[in-house]
Amino acid sequence: MIPPPFEYLSPNQLSEAISLLQKHGEDAKILAGGHSLIPAMKLRFALPEYLIDIGGIEGMDYLREEGGQLRIGAMTRESSLEDSELISKKYPLLLDTVKMIADPQVRNLATVGGNLAHGDPANDHPATMIALRASVIAEGPNGSREIGIDDFFPDFFTTALETNEILTEIRISSPPPKSGGAYLKIERKVGDYAAAAVACQLNLNTAGSIEQIGIGLTNVGPTPIRATSAENLLRGKSPSDDLIKEAGLLAAGDSDPSDDLRGSAEYKKDLLCELTQRAIRISIERSERSG
Amino acid sequence: MSKHTVTIEINGSSFTREVDSRLLLVHFLRENLQMTGTHIGCDTTHCGACTVLMDGRSIKTCTVYTVQANGKSLTTIEGLENGGKLHPLQEGFHEEHGLQCGFCTPGMIMRAVELLGKNPNPTEDEIRTGISGNLCRCTGYVNIVKSVQYAAEKMKAEVA
Repeated sequence: MIPPPFEYLSPNQLSEAISLLQKHGEDAKILAGGHSLIPAMKLRFALPEYLIDIGGIEGMDYLREEGGQLRIGAMTRESSLEDSELISKKYPLLLDTVKMIADPQVRNLATVGGNLAHGDPANDHPATMIALRASVIAEGPNGSREIGIDDFFPDFFTTALETNEILTEIRISSPPPKSGGAYLKIERKVGDYAAAAVACQLNLNTAGSIEQIGIGLTNVGPTPIRATSAENLLRGKSPSDDLIKEAGLLAAGDSDPSDDLRGSAEYKKDLLCELTQRAIRISIERSERSG
Repeated sequence: MSKHTVTIEINGSSFTREVDSRLLLVHFLRENLQMTGTHIGCDTTHCGACTVLMDGRSIKTCTVYTVQANGKSLTTIEGLENGGKLHPLQEGFHEEHGLQCGFCTPGMIMRAVELLGKNPNPTEDEIRTGISGNLCRCTGYVNIVKSVQYAAEKMKAEVA
């Protein structure tokens, strides 16, 4: 499939990219890894007149802990998370997630920032970032602002980014001791979107009760979803089999899936119920094992 | 539609061409440079037949614009053989019958080059996960896994 024609712009500076966005407004799209945008262009779902390639801007691809936070540059390739010792040691939820995103070649180009900025509820990082209570940094003509992840996905394929803003960084609080997380996804085959997936991140206090917990759900509604009632049930409680089972049911209740070729809404709710329970159990196990 | 001059190093040689912004990298290789070793399969980022290395990382060239590869270094299947001597992966696919129709083979091999570079001693499971972005409709993957294992052994012996 030949993509539609477009003007290609390749700024070397972020400020230049923002000026180009200001100039071209809705007619322009940011090209990061391109692994959502280029397929969408081939299918004529996206018809941008201008593509602003931010791949040539230095300093947008990094992964570091700073000020009690993990900071991920928006152009960080998914495979960089996979290869990172920091991620595999301290952020098991991110490591689980990245391994379930598309396939190895796609992960070599697809970016963490793009996965979020695309606004697709079927993408995997939105739920992960909800569970981790992340925030994103948006840079625009008037400087930068921080947007909490719960405010970032207001609607279907919509983000809180203004047309003249670029997502530049993702921030995640470094997990406290006795923390763990997990991402569980049911996909029909490698590279497919989730029939349903669950991201869980929690930490235990010294008495073994759940202190903080985040649960995010993938592809079971018009936006990525926080399983608020399941979180509220578990927060402050000592986890038991009955409680975890109830949390699974509540997470399914928090979702809003529709029937499609990946299954019926009822089936997806069943999946969520089970996956949530498993994700909580694995997160607890990993918390107990962590320092 | 904008035209752009790109310079891309491919298998050690530098190529400078003027291309349309929308020209996909796989079409550039096959149609502008007549390097037809890189195949077009699904054209939807699924099958991996169009896999090449860009700056050492395996990528699917049906989902990259040529302009994005400006200034980068590519290795395609044509660049693996060295002075008439097959790359251990090419030899492995030959010895272990890792192909039947051969359509997926260039992509499989280019993906496996990166895989073995990162993990010279992969388990069967790691090989299968490592090639999970490459589809083969003939072999059932059994002999492909054996071919990669053959190459891993050969490359270890060459280093030793």
